[in-house]
Amino acid sequence: MQKYDVIMIGGGHNGLVAAGYLQRAGLKVVVLEKNDWVGGAATSRELTEGFLYSNCSYVCSLFRPEIMRDLELPRHGLQIISYDGGAVFARNGDYLGTYRDHESHRREFARFSPRDAEAYDRYSRDVTRQCRFIQPLLMRTAPDPFSFRPRDISELVYLARKFGDMGAADMAAMMRFWTMSISDYLDEYFESPVIKASLAISGIIGTALGPKSPGTAYVLLHHYMGEVDGSVGAWGYARGGMGAVTKALAASFQSVGGTILTGSEVDKVITRNGRAIGVALANGDEVHADRVVSNADVKRTFLKLVDEKDLPDRFVHRVRHFKMRGSSGKLNIALDSLPEFPALPKDSRCLRGDMHFTDDLERMERGYDDWKAGRWSADPFIDMMIPTTLDPTMAPPGKHFMSCFVQYCPPQVEGRDWTDADRDAFAETVVSQISDYSPGFRDRIRHMEVRTPRELEAEVGLTEGNIFQGELTFDQLLFNRPVPGYAQYRSPIDGLYICGSSTHPGGGVMGAPGRNAAAEILRDAKMKPAQMREAHDVL
Amino acid sequence: MTLDPIRKAEQEHFRTLLMPTPFHPRLAPLVETQSWYGWAGMLVAHSVFDEELEYFAIRSTAALFDISPMIKYRITGPDAERCLNRLTVRDVSKQKVGRVQYTAWCDDEGHVLDDGTLFRLGAADFRLCCQERHLPWLLDTARGMDVAIREETQEIAGLALQGPTSFAVLSKAGFDGVEALRPFQLAEFDHDGGKVMISRTGFTGDLGYELFVPATAALSLWDRLWEAGRLHGLNAIGYNALNRARIEAGFIVANGDFVTAETALRADRVRMPDEIGLDWLVDVDKVQFNGRSAILAARKNGTLKHVLVGLEIDDNTPAEAAIVYHGNKREVGLISAAIWSPTAKRNIAIASLERPYGSEILDDLWVEIYALRELKYHKMMKRARVVERPFVKLARRSANPPARF
Ligand SMILES: Cc1cc2nc3c(=O)[nH]c(=O)nc-3n(C[C@H](O)[C@H](O)[C@H](O)COP(=O)(O)OP(=O)(O)OC[C@H]3O[C@@H](n4cnc5c(N)ncnc54)[C@H](O)[C@@H]3O)c2cc1C
Repeated sequence: MQKYDVIMIGGGHNGLVAAGYLQRAGLKVVVLEKNDWVGGAATSRELTEGFLYSNCSYVCSLFRPEIMRDLELPRHGLQIISYDGGAVFARNGDYLGTYRDHESHRREFARFSPRDAEAYDRYSRDVTRQCRFIQPLLMRTAPDPFSFRPRDISELVYLARKFGDMGAADMAAMMRFWTMSISDYLDEYFESPVIKASLAISGIIGTALGPKSPGTAYVLLHHYMGEVDGSVGAWGYARGGMGAVTKALAASFQSVGGTILTGSEVDKVITRNGRAIGVALANGDEVHADRVVSNADVKRTFLKLVDEKDLPDRFVHRVRHFKMRGSSGKLNIALDSLPEFPALPKDSRCLRGDMHFTDDLERMERGYDDWKAGRWSADPFIDMMIPTTLDPTMAPPGKHFMSCFVQYCPPQVEGRDWTDADRDAFAETVVSQISDYSPGFRDRIRHMEVRTPRELEAEVGLTEGNIFQGELTFDQLLFNRPVPGYAQYRSPIDGLYICGSSTHPGGGVMGAPGRNAAAEILRDAKMKPAQMREAHDVL
Repeated sequence: MTLDPIRKAEQEHFRTLLMPTPFHPRLAPLVETQSWYGWAGMLVAHSVFDEELEYFAIRSTAALFDISPMIKYRITGPDAERCLNRLTVRDVSKQKVGRVQYTAWCDDEGHVLDDGTLFRLGAADFRLCCQERHLPWLLDTARGMDVAIREETQEIAGLALQGPTSFAVLSKAGFDGVEALRPFQLAEFDHDGGKVMISRTGFTGDLGYELFVPATAALSLWDRLWEAGRLHGLNAIGYNALNRARIEAGFIVANGDFVTAETALRADRVRMPDEIGLDWLVDVDKVQFNGRSAILAARKNGTLKHVLVGLEIDDNTPAEAAIVYHGNKREVGLISAAIWSPTAKRNIAIASLERPYGSEILDDLWVEIYALRELKYHKMMKRARVVERPFVKLARRSANPPARF
């Protein structure tokens, strides 16, 4: 039996990021992935011939450039490409476009409200100001405010100093941002329902909250914090689909001697004298190592892979109550031709970006009401993209891959498990909404993959299908993520670490949890990373 | 789901990133340099035929510059004066009908949102021209007042006619009575079945006028001036030439020489009027205006951090974007605009310095100039002296009646 220095349970992007740093630092690392492919929620899969689906995550912005650089991902084939704008289709036949070009963006807003058009600059300045504060925190281990260790104290001082640099007005703005609903926040700047609907999207995506729920303003910030080549807040496509991110991570890891074993589901973490010493696989094999790191979410890790009796009660209680309610589903569609949207002028660039059909916050909130009642939204919110308008690698010429991220979609249907019939009915709701705005849409569909929280949980292992391995509400961030006292990637079991999106700074294809976890593991091993750049300043 | 045709037509804007101004059909054939750029989303030329010669048109004959992209708001209604008095730092009740005020407005912290010109067209009718957009701010300021505020940038075309023969051009064009206009005075004149508003204002520090007409009358106005200017050396010019003249005149540009409060991402980049040389605008006798108490408190507590100054620098290499030092070592500020002044024959600059440098400490200032010459930087430390603005002061600018050249 092979012995490793580190076992990584799961080959999601965070697992691969951490594995990459650890292997490069000189540890012998094995990644055990239950699926026959790596990537977790960042994969590209060919489910019908000639078409690659970004079958969970589909756009990239949050992935930290420092990590791409440390792990030489461009050399291993990763390319992120920017796209221009998007559109919200309105029920009256009009649409609101969004553009990278500042003046086009303004003129488009002005069609709906001259006031809002001129309010946008202040809004985007205020959001950017908050991002500038919070972004540097992503790539640092959150301090434990109760440990009183010098490191934690100095991190707290760092935080305090960052607060100190803020004026009173900025600080007040920040507190408001962290607690407000996106709806209330937008009301302070804008009057047009469709403009508000367009801007609220980032506040609810992947979140089991409605636009009127407190805390959704922060969720917006989380999605605004990314950058594509220094352009803060911009989003892009990974060329070849989101699987390109994990493909490059895997190649980088293997190029320095790392081992990846797919089709290797971990059943249990083996402990001896309170210390993790290896894992037992579902097929009965055992793999041993000095340290075990879990890329699975916090519930899966501590409620399934670890014996509860090895854990303190308080900890288990906390893990149980960590909120990770599934709220989203997804349709991946292979299209025989580019769909037409008569509302869009001919040659509109908006077709290359994110498209939506929810033109006011009321509809969004009603969609959330359905979720609370345990149903998928009858009038869902869809984040629809056609990456093949820019990426030639995902479908044959003239054919297209369409990604539809859908909210809201509950982990259970009115208290019972999803059935195939439910899944098909859910898909129909989505296809019918798109068809309302795109005549002939159905006839273009060649193949479709439908994913409800049931499929997400079964395949990616995301408990309840929560896309971020835990909601991004303020009670579950920083030193509270995932459990107070355990926000530094360690666990009550010696030698067992977690590195997935359940940990600080949270979900999205960002890589920061994996990187920060690797830093802590190396610190415990008294080793140094070969290359771990500090987060670059947002100048 | 069928949209009305007007709405449908309005969607088409996205095909044209930079919109032509109302003068574009006349200007475009003249712009031999094809050096177009975007100003507030509209097409404007950096230069028309030769930047250097265009500059001399401003200083020796007459120059025509398209200012249509300037953001314009119309403020009307019984409370218009009250509203603007609350908005701006100057006293609008002292501004008579037919007068223009150069002014500025601040947020509640006393940080400058913009500077601009306020035209009083009637007792209850104003036009505010500026660089940035402020509609939400203006509407918020007007809350509870009987006043209507409208953005009219697109509807109104604007031209700056500047230079020693500008008056001659206007009078040749038949604008009778224009000789009576004193600096900062405006009047309406007949044009093309309607009216043109002409003010004796400008951004060059020279004799000059600005003309505003409905966009529909733009071309006829251009033609009228162009024809009249044939024997008076009238030239169309681009922004680069204008920029030289405005630096000589010591005028500042929002988001060039200072960062406006609503666009600053970094909290320390904002400026109070006193920090950008606009302290003289602030009318402290006015009981209430946005930012008043903050400005007074900063003055009282001595917490003003910056100062904007004019510099004269040794030798002749323009010190664009250069760092300013005290005693060769200590970094004390930055130059935001600099040229060799052809008219003053001085190497001049506008700089933002950290107090007390530039306010109390005026000696031993130096600028570090990097001049790229054939793939090699010539690094120079040059002596800089704080001097009065304007750098160029021309008697003809304010002579009454205006001279013909
Ligand atoms: C539908 C959907 C759309 C999304 N869209 C976006 C987007 O557009 N942009 C964005 O930035 N983010 C998006 N996200 C979020 C983002 O994809 C995730 O937050 C992120 O990919 C999670 O990465 P991770 O490495 O932390 O965990 P995961 O990707 O969840 O990886 C965990 C890995 O562990 C494996 N595993 C679990 N249990 C075991 C076990 N017992 N044994 C072995 N292996 C195991 C899983 O198979 C998986 O590979 C989306 C997520 C979903 C689900």
